Amino acid sequence: MVSLGMLSLLSCSGKSHHLIGAGSSFDNPLFSKMFYSYFQSKGMKVNYQSIGSGGGISQLINRTIDFGASDVPMNREQDSLSPARVLHVPVTVSAVVLSYNLPELRDTLRLSPRVLAGLFLGRITQWNDTAIAALNPGVTLPDLPVVIAHRSDGSGTTNIFTSYLSLISADWASGVGRGSSVNWPAGLGGKGNEGVAGLIRQTHGAIGYIELAFAMQNKMAFGKIRNKTGRFITPTIASISAAANIPMPADGKASLADTDAPDGYPISSFSWVLLYKEQDYRHHPREKAVGLLYLLDWMIHEGQHYSSDLYYAPLSPNAVNAGEAILRSATYDGQPILTHHN
Amino acid sequence: METSLQAPVIPSPAVKDTVSIRKRIRRSFRQIRMESVFKQTLAIAGLLLVILVLGILLTLITQSIPSIRLLGLKFIWGSTWNPVKDVYGAFPFLLGTLLTSFLALVICIPFSVAIAIFLGEYYPTGWFADVLKNAVELIAAVPSVIYGFWGLAVLVPMVRALEARFGVDQPLGVGIFSASLILSVMIIPYAASLGRQMIRMVPEHLKEAAYGLGATRWEVIRHVVLPGTKSGLFAGILLSLGRALGETMAVTMVIGNSSILPKNLFAPGNTMASVIANEFTEADKTVYLSALIELGLALFLVTVIINIIGKKIIDRFTNE
Repeated sequence: MVSLGMLSLLSCSGKSHHLIGAGSSFDNPLFSKMFYSYFQSKGMKVNYQSIGSGGGISQLINRTIDFGASDVPMNREQDSLSPARVLHVPVTVSAVVLSYNLPELRDTLRLSPRVLAGLFLGRITQWNDTAIAALNPGVTLPDLPVVIAHRSDGSGTTNIFTSYLSLISADWASGVGRGSSVNWPAGLGGKGNEGVAGLIRQTHGAIGYIELAFAMQNKMAFGKIRNKTGRFITPTIASISAAANIPMPADGKASLADTDAPDGYPISSFSWVLLYKEQDYRHHPREKAVGLLYLLDWMIHEGQHYSSDLYYAPLSPNAVNAGEAILRSATYDGQPILTHHN
Repeated sequence: METSLQAPVIPSPAVKDTVSIRKRIRRSFRQIRMESVFKQTLAIAGLLLVILVLGILLTLITQSIPSIRLLGLKFIWGSTWNPVKDVYGAFPFLLGTLLTSFLALVICIPFSVAIAIFLGEYYPTGWFADVLKNAVELIAAVPSVIYGFWGLAVLVPMVRALEARFGVDQPLGVGIFSASLILSVMIIPYAASLGRQMIRMVPEHLKEAAYGLGATRWEVIRHVVLPGTKSGLFAGILLSLGRALGETMAVTMVIGNSSILPKNLFAPGNTMASVIANEFTEADKTVYLSALIELGLALFLVTVIINIIGKKIIDRFTNE
């Protein structure tokens, strides 16, 4: 277990400091729960602003917050804009599911990567297309046009989904690519998960991508996706955890798209908390740095208990170990902040 | 009390009490000072507003320089908006903004003019007029996100049924037409209330003269009221156009948010304001952000141009 190095004036806990974080709106429900219970047990207030991953990163770069949270690792330009090295600590695992409105279907719709790319590229335009029928034997598919629903606002969810499509389809990679907003070849845009969900609910024959937690909470139908090993996987906390149970790179920026895990759901992704490696910067006292590291350490350990109830997948032991190592590499004035204790 | 503004007061030899004269002089000077302070406050307030507008324009221009440098005029005429490849063509959004706003205007004109005439000429007072007046004002007070929800839940399915009857090959409900309908409802109060005030301002004796000559109510409205209030009605409609151009939330919820050039009025599209609101927070590249700010600049300029044209037309009407 990692705990605090008691080498400094951190014990002045009488002072009421609070931490400010901003970023991923997808993480917000989990973070709210975590931060509330952290405040109950440790008395440290955490103010988290759910402004979106990109907003969190730019606020971190401007050094107006103590930590950021993002569904996507920082890109090259953001790295170059950042005044110092930023650590990525994996904090939870999420998935993007394909929800659809086909009430005549009794069974769960099964989709393959190629069909998925074909649908979103606008090449498969009818539900009774032979490519879809081949994946769903014994299912009568309606003679109905496909309506694609996608996010209209820039979002980490879109980035996770388009990264997956870029990985499994060369045509998608060259024609559309990956990003928080892309040039959609087909379909309608809805603002936020609720906007996309609204379009799907209203339009007979619609299919769109939303976050798992949102789909579960709103009891929406979603499809099974064929993964690398050829199995059709239903997105569940178990199948996302399976996808995330991989050897971690040292920087924590592991991609879970199109996972090798046989039981893993292929459109899963880590979500990261972002913080500066060197915590000694302007207007950032040692107490804040220590408090932040203590909080993050709690989040990847005890905090994980809150995941499943809110439809987030808890981190695998591999990811927790990697996160610990990353947190230990954070320094204040060159000195490590967290030290090993048993 | 004597409050003479003709200061300074020249002491007349008839007044013997010099103390009272000095008092009056002092008060006069205070009045003068008060006057100039008031004038300066007004001037400063006005100047601040001008500086603010210029400041916004300047910020928009300087922040869009990276995008202008990369894309030049292609920004306006290009029809591809692809943040991944740094290709930003705003034409579909420009078209979407103008289409929805003008269509909304066309839909709203008969309603707003009718309400203005009804409240201005037929029933200026009474309980029914009060109810109607309050209802119209309430339309302006409802937050736009509520219009968006209402549009998505009620209007869009109706439009979808309409599209299915017209034989549109993919009846979606969302699109340019739904956005225009929502916008037209939102802008009615602006046009209607200004129009009503203008109609109330038509001199009573003109109307009485017309009635005296045997004109019917319709003839009075047609030949006396409307000619006199043309510019006012137009100004109200113009004001509402400004509102329609910049409306974001309600539009984004029902327009379908597609960057593809709309093929017909029922097709999904997008507007400049809606794109900015959707993509601004997650614009993760300098050029992307700059392109969105340039979109804001374009919206600013479109609004200015339409206002200038409107002023010109108002001037022509009033000089007739």
